[in-house]
Amino acid sequence: MTGWETLLTAAIKVAVAFALLLSLTIVLVWFERKIVADMQNRLGPTRAGPYGMLQTVADGVKLLFKESVTPRRVEFALYIAAPIAALVPALLIFLVIPIGRPFTLGDRVIDLAGTDLNVAVLYVLALSSLAVYAVVLAGWSSGSKYPLLGAVRASAQMISYEAAMGLALVPVILFTGTTSIRAIVDAQAGEFLSFLGIWNIVLVPSFLIFFIAGVAETNRAPFDLVEAESEIVGGYHTEYSGFRFALFFLAEYINIFNISALTTTLFLGGWHGPTFGAPEWLAWVFPIVWFFVKTVALVFVFVWIRASLPRMRYDQLMQFGWKRLIPLTLVWIILSTVAIGFRRFGAPWG
Amino acid sequence: MLDQYFGDYITVAAFIAVGALLVGGGMFASSLLRPDKPTKVKSETYECGIDPVGGGWSQSHIRYYIFALLFLIFDVEAVFIFPWAVRIEDFAAAGLGGFIFVEMVIFIVILLLGLVYAIRKGVLRWE
Repeated sequence: MTGWETLLTAAIKVAVAFALLLSLTIVLVWFERKIVADMQNRLGPTRAGPYGMLQTVADGVKLLFKESVTPRRVEFALYIAAPIAALVPALLIFLVIPIGRPFTLGDRVIDLAGTDLNVAVLYVLALSSLAVYAVVLAGWSSGSKYPLLGAVRASAQMISYEAAMGLALVPVILFTGTTSIRAIVDAQAGEFLSFLGIWNIVLVPSFLIFFIAGVAETNRAPFDLVEAESEIVGGYHTEYSGFRFALFFLAEYINIFNISALTTTLFLGGWHGPTFGAPEWLAWVFPIVWFFVKTVALVFVFVWIRASLPRMRYDQLMQFGWKRLIPLTLVWIILSTVAIGFRRFGAPWG
Repeated sequence: MLDQYFGDYITVAAFIAVGALLVGGGMFASSLLRPDKPTKVKSETYECGIDPVGGGWSQSHIRYYIFALLFLIFDVEAVFIFPWAVRIEDFAAAGLGGFIFVEMVIFIVILLLGLVYAIRKGVLRWE
């Protein structure tokens, strides 16, 4: 590809990715509110649009017009930087997730992903670490007690579960031999017993640990001590209002989608799925549909957990992370290495 | 090859630029649209509806700091484990699989011992 084509492709991908992310967030917030409402025997949003689907749009517009109260004691530059630092890494993670199979246009092959970095897994882990900065900056720069407490709690929680999250991906890399997300998806192609996919979910402990750590990373129930209303009000964003608060909110939902999409991509075969012998001109639709079906199913699990489980106590949270998840991950790395080695090269005594 | 490499990162750079522009633009647009009438009472920091007492920056417990130290150990460890996971197959193909595997087992066991030490020291005990 020539330079201009590269730039043009990049521009189109960026535009599509942003449009997709923002509209997805609108749907996801509505989806969560409706599901939680159903589980709690309520109606949820009903007024704005069909089935209340436009409620999120209405809320967004309202927040745009609301006064952003800036308390006297804030450190203004950092106070403004924090919501940006929360949202931009969340947007960037989505960039490496392929949402469908590559298609050919003329003589060019175009990936249905923002880009494919050869270190995509590390890129994702690095960006999810950056989320901690947003929390700490927001809590500290507010110059208020509850945000600071929330930020200190959140940072300790996020770094604890991040260690488990990163280590849980080591068996996946061992299994597929690459850190490129496209190659990891390709390695999950094919079918087993003619209907089951050969997916990385065979690494069950990795899958579970990654998903649990993902729930903790996004500060969702039952790990939502960061914004435990009964103890520390809103947590790190107590002093944020109006559009600045909306940015934190947006970042949270994009992160939920990202974790679900990553779990789909790394463990559930990404966009792979049966195409039911559809003709070639139609077959490209199925991968996209499969990707979203799997991802939305995982988002549903997020919501389901939130509606079912009570909040954990802070010491329980830390003990679960350090005494259960991390040692389990380390042992699982050794075990899976042995298993993968036997599978690839045969047992040394055989 | 090199062209492709830069192409990948150009998309990332474009995304950062557009993302920052979008967020900054949104904040600017909102600042034009919204009312702005600060009063003395409104700009107090939040403290359950009563006047705030003392400064906002209180001290936090030392145990949070220890978690940061623990995290540092495990994150640096991940830096060693990831390249190992990518390359182990090449070593195994060259007949060094057992050697490279035992080395990583020793490394992980040392780290586990460190974690056990921290737990025995009572880092995770909350009173």
